[in-house]
Amino acid sequence: MLVFVLRRLISLVVVLFAITVLTFLIFFATPGVDPTRSLAGRNPTPETVAAVRHQFGLDRSKPAQYVLMMRRLFVSRDLVSYGNQALKVVPAITAAAPVTFSLVIGAAIIWVVMSILTGLLAVVWKGSIWDPLLMILALIGISMPVFWLGEVANLITQDRLHDTFLFSWVPPLGYVRLTEDPWQWFLHLIIPWICLSVLYIGFYARVLRANLLDVANEDFVRTARAKGLSERRVLTRHMLRTSMITFVSLFGLDFAVLVGGGALLTEVVFGLPGVGLLTYRSLVALDLPVIMATVIYGAFFITIANALVDIVYARLDPRIRPA
Amino acid sequence: MAEFAYEPEPAGAVVLAPGETAREIAGKSPWRLAGRRFMRNRVALAALVLFVLIVVVTFAAPLYAKHVAHADPFANNLNGTTVVDGKRIEVLQQGGGPLKLGETPIGPTWHSNFFLGADNQGRDVAARVLYGGRASLLIGIGSALLACLAALLLALVAGFFGGPVDVILSRLMDLIWAFPIFLLAISLATVLLTAPDGLQWGPVRVDPSSLWVPTLIIALVYVPYVYRPVRGQVLSVREKEYVEAAIAQGASNLRLMFSEILPNVLTTVIVMLPLMIATTILTESALSFLSIGVQPPKASWGTIIDDGQNLLYSRPWVAIAPGIMIVLTVLSLNVLGDGVRDALDPRAKLRIKG
Repeated sequence: MLVFVLRRLISLVVVLFAITVLTFLIFFATPGVDPTRSLAGRNPTPETVAAVRHQFGLDRSKPAQYVLMMRRLFVSRDLVSYGNQALKVVPAITAAAPVTFSLVIGAAIIWVVMSILTGLLAVVWKGSIWDPLLMILALIGISMPVFWLGEVANLITQDRLHDTFLFSWVPPLGYVRLTEDPWQWFLHLIIPWICLSVLYIGFYARVLRANLLDVANEDFVRTARAKGLSERRVLTRHMLRTSMITFVSLFGLDFAVLVGGGALLTEVVFGLPGVGLLTYRSLVALDLPVIMATVIYGAFFITIANALVDIVYARLDPRIRPA
Repeated sequence: MAEFAYEPEPAGAVVLAPGETAREIAGKSPWRLAGRRFMRNRVALAALVLFVLIVVVTFAAPLYAKHVAHADPFANNLNGTTVVDGKRIEVLQQGGGPLKLGETPIGPTWHSNFFLGADNQGRDVAARVLYGGRASLLIGIGSALLACLAALLLALVAGFFGGPVDVILSRLMDLIWAFPIFLLAISLATVLLTAPDGLQWGPVRVDPSSLWVPTLIIALVYVPYVYRPVRGQVLSVREKEYVEAAIAQGASNLRLMFSEILPNVLTTVIVMLPLMIATTILTESALSFLSIGVQPPKASWGTIIDDGQNLLYSRPWVAIAPGIMIVLTVLSLNVLGDGVRDALDPRAKLRIKG
C-alpha cells in the first residue's frame, strides 16, 4: 500500500510539473503571440514596448521566464494581472474559490438525489410509459447548453414571471456570502444550482438505470429474491448498492472538473464571482497571467483530486493496487 | 464540461441484439447486420431524419436569406425599414423597450421578413440562425472527424509498434487528458486571438477569424477521448490469429495496420462519432458564447446567443431560437448515437454527456 501511495504521488508530481510547463508554453511561447500587446496601451512606441517587456521579464530566455513566472505564482505569490496591476492573481483566486465551491456543492447535492430517484423510478417503472418518458427527459437534459438554460431561467424568473407569486422571491443576479446572510446566500444560489445540475441529473440517471438493469440479472440478486426479501429491499440494498460503484467514481471526477473551472458558464450567466467569472473577465481582457493561473489552479485541483480518489480506492479495494 | 467514455466489447465477439435469433444473423457480414439492426430502430431513424433535415435547412441559409428574408444577415442595417401589416416601419425603433430609452430592434413578425425579429444591428435573426447553424455544424462535424481521424492514426501507430512509441504517445495523451478540456480549449482560443497577424507555421497561415481556428482547437482537445479506447482495441486485435496469419504471409507493417487491424477497430470510432459531434457542437457553442470561438462578422449559434444576452428581456427570441436549434441537433445526435451503438455493438457500455 505504501509503495502504491508513493508511486501515485511521484506520478502526480510529474504530471503537475508537466501541466505547468504546457500551460506556460501555450500562453507565452505560441508563435505569433505577443502578451505585451494588451499591456503597452494603444499604438505604443517601441521604447514603451521594450520597457514593458523588461518589467515583466519577457525579454529573457523562455526557461528563465518559466522559472520567474512559477516563482511569482507559487513562492512569492505576487504575480499581478497585466490589465490591472493592483490585482494580485493568487489572492484573487483564493477569494473567488468559496463562491465556486458554494455553487458546485449545492448543485452536486441536487444532482445526486435527483438522479438516484430518476434512475430508480425508471427501473421500477420499466415496461410502462414512464420509463421511456423519464429517459427522454434525461436525454433532453444532457442536450441543453447550460448557458442557454441559464439565460432562459433568467428570462423567466427575473423578467417574465418575476412579478407573479411563483418567482417573486428570486433575488437579482449576483452573490451574497454565506457568512454575511445565509438565507440570501441560499436564495441567490437556488436557480444556478438547478441549472448546473440538470445536465448531470440526466447523465447520472441514464448511467444508473443502465447499471441497475445490468445487475438485475446477477446471481446475487436472484439469491436475494429467493431468500424472500421484499422487492424494495432487493432494489435499494442489493442492486442500488452495487450500481453505486460507477456512480461514485464518476461523481468524484465530475465534481473535481466543476470546481476546477467547469462551472465557468454557469457563473458567467448568473454573475457569480467565482473562479470561472474571474477567468471570463480576464479572458475578455486577454489578460494572460490571470487565465494561466486559473487554468493551472483548475488542472491542479483535478489532478490532485484524481490522485486522492485513486488512493482511497486502493485503500478500499486491494485488487486495484498494481504490483 | 463535456465528457465522454466508451468501453468497447472485445473485438471479434459475436453478439446477438435483443430479439434476434442466431438463425437470423447467420451468414451476414457485420456491416449488413448493423444496417439491418439500425433500420429496425424507428427512434434512431427518426433522429437521423431530424439531423439530416437540420443540416439541409442550415446549408440552405443563403437561399433563405436571398429569397425569403430578402436581407443580408451580416451587413449592419441600422437605418433599415420593413413592412409589417402593410405599414413601413423602422427595424430599430426608438424607445421600444419598457424604459422607453435607446433603440429596440423589432420583435418577431412571424412573416418572411424578420421572422424572428432583428438583432441590435437590425439584422434578420432567422437568417442569422440558419447561417450560424452552418458554421456550428461545420465546426462540430469537422472537429469531430479530425479528432477521430487523428486519434485513429495515433492509436494505430502506438498500439501496433508498442514500446517507446507507445509510451511517448500515450504519455502525451495522458497529459492532454489531465487538463480540464474546457479550460484547455479556452486557453488555446484566447492565446490564438492575441496573435495579431494570425498564425504562421512555415507556409501554412491561419487567419485568426477563420473557422479553422475553433475547429482545430476543439479537435485537439478531444483526441485523447477517442485515442484511449481505440488504442486498447488495437492492442487486443494485434494479438489475433488473423494478424498472425498475415504476418506469416509476409505482410508489410503498413498492410497489417491498415488492412488487418484498421477495419476491426473502425466500429469503435464509428460508434463514437455521432456522440463526438454532439459534444463538439456543444463545446463550439460554449466557446462562441464566451466570444472566443467564431469571430464576427461570422456567426454561429453560440455567438447569436451571446448577442441575444443584451436583448434577453426585450427580444428574447434572439437568444432562444439558436438554443432550440442546438438542443434539437444535439438531441438528435445523442439518439442517433445510441442507435448506432445498439446496431454495431449491442453490448457495449457507452456513456455521453453534453
